[in-house]
Amino acid sequence: MTESTYRIQGATGDWEVVIGLEVHAQITSSAKLFSGASTEFGAEPNTQVSLVDAAMPGMLPVPNQECVRQAVRTGLALNAEIHKYSRFDRKNYFYADLPQGYQISQLYHPIVGEGVIEVALDEKDPDSEVRQIGVERIHIEQDAGKLMHDQHPTMSYVDLNRSGVALMEIVSRPDMRSPVEAGAYVKKLRSILRYVGSCDGNMEQGSMRADVNVSVRKPGDELGIRTETKNVNSVRFVQQVIEIEANRQVDVLEAGGEIVQETRLYDPDRNETRSMRSKEDAHDYRYFPDPDLLPLELTDDFIADCKSSLPELPDAKRKRYETELGLTTYNAAVLTAEAETARAFEVLLKETAGKQGKAETDVATQVANWSLSIAPGVQKALEVTADHEHNTPAANAAILAMVAGGSVSGGQAKEIYEIALKTGRDPEEIADTDGLKQTSDTGAIEEEIEKILEANADKVEEYRGGKDKLFGFFVGQTMKAMKGKANPQVVNELLKKKLG
Amino acid sequence: MSVDSKTVKKIASLARIQMDDAEVEALVPELNNILGWVEQLGEVDVTGVEPMTAVIPNTLRLRDDVINADPLTGGGVRDKVLANAPAPEHGFFGVPKVIE
Repeated sequence: MTESTYRIQGATGDWEVVIGLEVHAQITSSAKLFSGASTEFGAEPNTQVSLVDAAMPGMLPVPNQECVRQAVRTGLALNAEIHKYSRFDRKNYFYADLPQGYQISQLYHPIVGEGVIEVALDEKDPDSEVRQIGVERIHIEQDAGKLMHDQHPTMSYVDLNRSGVALMEIVSRPDMRSPVEAGAYVKKLRSILRYVGSCDGNMEQGSMRADVNVSVRKPGDELGIRTETKNVNSVRFVQQVIEIEANRQVDVLEAGGEIVQETRLYDPDRNETRSMRSKEDAHDYRYFPDPDLLPLELTDDFIADCKSSLPELPDAKRKRYETELGLTTYNAAVLTAEAETARAFEVLLKETAGKQGKAETDVATQVANWSLSIAPGVQKALEVTADHEHNTPAANAAILAMVAGGSVSGGQAKEIYEIALKTGRDPEEIADTDGLKQTSDTGAIEEEIEKILEANADKVEEYRGGKDKLFGFFVGQTMKAMKGKANPQVVNELLKKKLG
Repeated sequence: MSVDSKTVKKIASLARIQMDDAEVEALVPELNNILGWVEQLGEVDVTGVEPMTAVIPNTLRLRDDVINADPLTGGGVRDKVLANAPAPEHGFFGVPKVIE
């Protein structure tokens, strides 16, 4: 592993940036962490709030088993240590979005310990640098409610639908050294979470957001004092926060000032971070074990079940696509980056191999090229998405089989696909009815070639005399005579033979 | 362990409980009394004894991931949830404006 060379150039020399991320990922579950209320996004305000979530007196939290299971599966996917004994603690603070007056979290005994994420700075580049980013811990905690400030002149409105939804907080080691590394880490983490199915990774809806810890130092020095910028909700913003915060810190230090360890807010409109001074006291969380909840103890069987339920993960899949299927690094990386892309590819691969009676390895490159460039190109031109009702694996496989068999050219395949998407008609029927087929019938092609050679005896003479370029002319004439429907490969072979 | 009036004021402020100086002064000995009483536990030698979380052997119960399985701990009870709110508005809790 090579060291990052990202540096902030200050007046006194180069500064190194040290980054750690705390990613809050909403755990995919039907019901909340400690109640039976629904977690669905976008419901009418306060309709998905139980008496537990509203912190009514006397209500007791009972943990949702699925949330525990998903946290453990996530830990296993990051090769992390699973703690068979964990506990819930109360993090006390007073705010309008937190009816309990405390958040149930896990400070002292988190459910998942040390793990690691392998991050390539550019997955699609086989020579890209790869870094191991340490994960310190994952713990389970409750989300807070939502505040709206712009609906009333003097009041804020509180919607507790999100209150009590389960979150995983995934805490990295301060192992990142550049905005690009941090961005790659977030993307890789999101990809893994989606493969595992423990979080939908939807940053726009807030199901994944990051607290960004940044400090700067002269290379080789001790760690500097860090600031934490809260609730950053896109990969691009994470990178921007690091850049502007690191530059701000360098400016402060070089002007002889000191960095204050504090919480900051990112303002995307002005592209700056601001101190949240009013929350100075908020760090005094007075954590203590939640007396309402016994320790969470996991059995070996439970952990084994979690492990056996894991799908093939992106790193393993990417390697398999390269070594077993013989795909290029680029294709393997693009196909495996998102779980949904890989799933669709594998379905089509299976269908195509079956249709052509070949091994998957023999059709993998054809399917990859089709899936990554040809099919998306046609979809884009038609302004439809991959989940279009007529974009079935069977239709795609039928087209690929005709191409592989030589009865349809690449250009015709695109036309057939376009018609199939628009109409839902059967691709083989389209090829027949709409005349979108090329002929490999040597008899018919030979007949046309004979005529052309006869009519262009002078050019045949020139060609034989060494004017190789004329070969293209004969191909063109033959294709024209065949109305563009001859298999070019067959035409080439026959012409070569005839022209000798 | 003991607290002084400054600590009591800080705890009150963190919990957003308004107290005047007389109340704080009255609370200092009260809290110290409680702390002293609990501190007696420190006299017991617990070397080598595992911390106990419950007096009877008990394990944490978990719930199934089912929406509204038990109406008592399910959602869809907005009227009940908002019943005691001083200023409910359009299905929200209305609170004094809290914005930086």
